[in-house]
Amino acid sequence: MTMPAIRVSAVTKQYGSLKALGGVDLEIAQGEFFGLLGPNGAGKTTLISALAGLVRPDSGSLEIMGHDVAADYRSARRNLGVVPQELVFDPFFSVRELLRIQSGYFGIRGNDDWIDEILASLDLTHKASANMRTLSGGMKRRVLVAQALVHRPPVIVLDEPTAGVDVELRQGLWQFVRKLNRDGHTIVLTTHYLEEAETLCGRIAMLKAGKVVALDTTGNLLRRFATHSLRVRVETLEAALALGGLASDDGWVEFGFDSYDDVERLLARLRESGAGLREMQLGEPDLERVFVEVMHRA
Amino acid sequence: MPETRKPSPRIEPMPVDSPLTGFSTLLYKEVLRFWKVSFQTVAAPVLNALLFLLIFSHVLDRHVTVYGDVAYTSFLVPGLVMMSVLQNAFANSSSSLIQSKITGNIIFVLLPPLSYREFYAAYVIASTLRGLFVGAGVLLVAMPFVDLSIANPLWVLTFAVMGGIILGSFGVIAGIWADKFDQLAAFQNFLIMPLTMLSGVFYSIHSLPPVWQDVSHFNPFFFMIDGFRYGFFGQSDTSPWLSLGVVSLCFVSLAALTLAMLARGYKLRA
Repeated sequence: MTMPAIRVSAVTKQYGSLKALGGVDLEIAQGEFFGLLGPNGAGKTTLISALAGLVRPDSGSLEIMGHDVAADYRSARRNLGVVPQELVFDPFFSVRELLRIQSGYFGIRGNDDWIDEILASLDLTHKASANMRTLSGGMKRRVLVAQALVHRPPVIVLDEPTAGVDVELRQGLWQFVRKLNRDGHTIVLTTHYLEEAETLCGRIAMLKAGKVVALDTTGNLLRRFATHSLRVRVETLEAALALGGLASDDGWVEFGFDSYDDVERLLARLRESGAGLREMQLGEPDLERVFVEVMHRA
Repeated sequence: MPETRKPSPRIEPMPVDSPLTGFSTLLYKEVLRFWKVSFQTVAAPVLNALLFLLIFSHVLDRHVTVYGDVAYTSFLVPGLVMMSVLQNAFANSSSSLIQSKITGNIIFVLLPPLSYREFYAAYVIASTLRGLFVGAGVLLVAMPFVDLSIANPLWVLTFAVMGGIILGSFGVIAGIWADKFDQLAAFQNFLIMPLTMLSGVFYSIHSLPPVWQDVSHFNPFFFMIDGFRYGFFGQSDTSPWLSLGVVSLCFVSLAALTLAMLARGYKLRA
């Protein structure tokens, strides 16, 4: 059996009275595009920080490509690249200087060929000599990605990389990250944009209050937790609501259903109730529904 | 939705050139950091020291001699040089660390596979180098105006390097401990500055009342400056060997404390 890219075993971390991680177990295979989802304070960033050695767990162990992050931290860190959530930079240096320095921290000198490749892939070549202070927010974000890749790590963790990023940059970034994944890099993504996770991630873990409350392939999660939806616009709103529909602000009423047989029954009941059907739409299950459902049940 | 996954090619991290590359890069970056703003980090402290020299020598040179026949201005220069070494070594590591902590870019040093010993050595050596640059600058600019020779360069170098390392370590402790610039300024203004000013930079402790002479012996900065001055004149307020002993003890204690803080990840790794 191949060694997992990431193995997290019974990891706990407590900050005072707050239990940030309450016994997390997780394995991520090499080459996966893995999503780590959860509401604010669920423990996602703590878990990532523990993988990166920025947080020391109270108990349990974490491994990256088979290397323990505490006992064999040099090898573990050489195998990991982290794109932090905050837009941080060193104002003293140019983009190229920063990447050379970051490369040197990982023990690599004369890395300009790979640095040039990353700069080109992230459309930063023309900014290589620019000081970090002069770059726009989007460009600083790309430099953060470049810094995480400068030692070509097999495992890349992106902690909410698209928070506050415009659509064009977001699409460009995902295109690049997908290519990295195709090339064999394991990608771990945390994001609040569930559509992104649904499109990109093959497997997803959902965290709540420091515990994994759901862990499966994206497809299985959608099948297990999310229902299809029927959205209707009716003449008598009260009649539709009495049948269990949920009203939305735009005047539509939404019903959940598991199989298409249910649609016929639902429509018949609407007709009998005298609600007066005017328009209808069918909705596919999505990760947002899964997320809400899982968080509600957990 | 990406359901199935083809086996991916195995990616290996890039090979390491030398086990020392990480450390030497951090050292290079720390030196480059102050060198890029050398007007502020080197030239300005040299000017400050020269202003002290100008004012004090103008006021006191004709009235005071030290160690029998040493002119006051000649006596003052080694003190100012050492004061510059100490203050700038402290300023370098402390300001670098607190800036990195507050802006968040400290993460770029914490994520790579650098050991806490490499971290310590890089910050402290860079601080010592800045202290020595400024000290050498003060000495070079002052030399044409004073009658000063170096009796024993080895003592001069030993105390300058040891002083730089001690204050560089102190700076690492302060930079890690402080959460705000305000706290760091308190460290600098209420601890480093008084200890420096009351260490005999501007006077021989033999000019003090006996009780203050005794008090001075509890100030480790006094031994750093007195030992350094011995290298210039071949005479000092106290034995250079005693100074070397005290300075060595300070070095070992502070290095041990700083390394223990870094090993624990105090305020750096939660």
